[in-house]
Amino acid sequence: MKIGFFGGIYNNYLALEAAITDATARGAERLYCLGDLGAFGPHPDRVFPLLDEHNISCVQGNYDNSIGNDLQDCQCGYTDPRDNEFAQISYEYTYENTSQANRDWMRQLPPEIRFEVYGTRVLLCHGSPRKTNEFLWESATSTHFLNRLADEAEADLILGTHTGIHWQRELSGGRRFVNVGVLGRPENDGATNVWYTLIDFDWSGQGGTELGEYSVEFVPLAYDHERLAREMRDENLPDEFVETVLTGWWTTCLEVLPGKERRTGRF
Amino acid sequence: MSTAAQTQSPNCPTVPLSSLDELWFQVAGTRCNLECSHCFISCSPHNDKFGYLSLKTVRRYLDESVEQGVREYYFTGGEPFLNKEMVSILEAALEYGPATVLTNATVFKREWIERLRAAEDASTFCLEFRVSIDGPNSETNDPIRGEGTFERAVRGVGMLVEEGFLPIITMTRVWDDGDDQRVLAEFRSILAEHGYTRPRLKILPRLKIGAEAERTEGYGQFERITHEMMEDFDVSDLVCNHSRVVTDKGVAVCPILLDTPAAILSETLADSKRDFPLAYGACFTCYQFGAICTNPTSKPMEK
Repeated sequence: MKIGFFGGIYNNYLALEAAITDATARGAERLYCLGDLGAFGPHPDRVFPLLDEHNISCVQGNYDNSIGNDLQDCQCGYTDPRDNEFAQISYEYTYENTSQANRDWMRQLPPEIRFEVYGTRVLLCHGSPRKTNEFLWESATSTHFLNRLADEAEADLILGTHTGIHWQRELSGGRRFVNVGVLGRPENDGATNVWYTLIDFDWSGQGGTELGEYSVEFVPLAYDHERLAREMRDENLPDEFVETVLTGWWTTCLEVLPGKERRTGRF
Repeated sequence: MSTAAQTQSPNCPTVPLSSLDELWFQVAGTRCNLECSHCFISCSPHNDKFGYLSLKTVRRYLDESVEQGVREYYFTGGEPFLNKEMVSILEAALEYGPATVLTNATVFKREWIERLRAAEDASTFCLEFRVSIDGPNSETNDPIRGEGTFERAVRGVGMLVEEGFLPIITMTRVWDDGDDQRVLAEFRSILAEHGYTRPRLKILPRLKIGAEAERTEGYGQFERITHEMMEDFDVSDLVCNHSRVVTDKGVAVCPILLDTPAAILSETLADSKRDFPLAYGACFTCYQFGAICTNPTSKPMEK
């Protein structure tokens, strides 16, 4: 059974639409979103009908928690003043353009979703199982730390998003952590595509093992990024954001990146 | 003044170690080639209060940290690169997890930095350098850190950048708060001249203990954390809620309070997990500014 997992959407309803089509065409039977529906892009309210129409269950991200609870900022966890300025522009735009009904809906989203597939205990969270806005970067997270999180959460497969860059790590006892990437913006690698994750769960019934097996596929997704850029300009969103959509390089919110992830970017 | 600043306040709140996320190593003890006038543990070429950690000792605690599920490692002193095994220690740490070394960047050898770049490339994990420079020019920096240290440190940064590292420049705020933006702009300009065009900059508050208590003033008796202050406070803002420090005298509660005898908790990490009283002036600064010792990538956040 294939399941599609989408990370932060950041108002990018065009990528969400493309991801739904792509994942469905690849055989995904269920779709989940790991939170941060708003931020960065244009027209927040265009995301919600797509989630509804395709029965996409969502985890509450820090953005959704903020918008849903009428908070003053996005709780993104940035530490640099310039990063916070840009984050605030996105946040105020998203807040003002999200309907009351959609804010109410975001408020009641769960901080995690759990289910079991062929004996694998799957946990969906936004940042980490213990904190919605905790950054788990590939180069800044030890494997034994992830083992501890998996022990504490009593999960075999932990899926998160939040950082904006996909990665995965095998843990002890056949467990695994996967950052599913984000649909909202490209990955700071000079390419304009975004990423989502497909997991194919298989019950072979062979060898007397208790757990089924699964394979993780990171899927690069092209979408109409030029249209997104036009719409962002029309909504007077910052040129720096538009540049990211058109070039694939992050221009803001860089201070939270570890050196290793930062080095491969342009800025 | 420094003695008064370390006096424990009665009936103070305590903080639990909720999660041992960061493990620090006082790898050069209190030995430093510099003698900065604001150093909160008064490191100098002659301060032997804490000694070097050997690679063997570091490995023992790295091994123990695996059971504890530690997320990342920090190496400090004194000046870590006075420790003759420092490069090997960082190479070892990168087998376990992400490592950050806090240095004054004045004693580097090219060959060390090349080895460390190779070690980072071979590892899944990041090696971060945090370089202390206390002002964007010699006039601001050198009176604090010593004659000629600005030029030497900036050359060290240049070497790191040439080898592909993106060091985090940390500066203790020895200027007025209102001058932060001017100072940062000047830093960007001078670092760009040395080839560092996208610097990562971090301003640290002054800690009014050790040499700094002599340079300016110590903490006043009311600069203490009270029970009322702890209401609705995110305790993960305090370093001692998620860190411990390995020293040659045992495991300590945080990198700041080493001169306080009560800060040494135990021989092993497992035994260091008891609550700690927030009884000291420096705790007040940590409360005000929040997890000042941790990298921006890992700053714990309230759920």
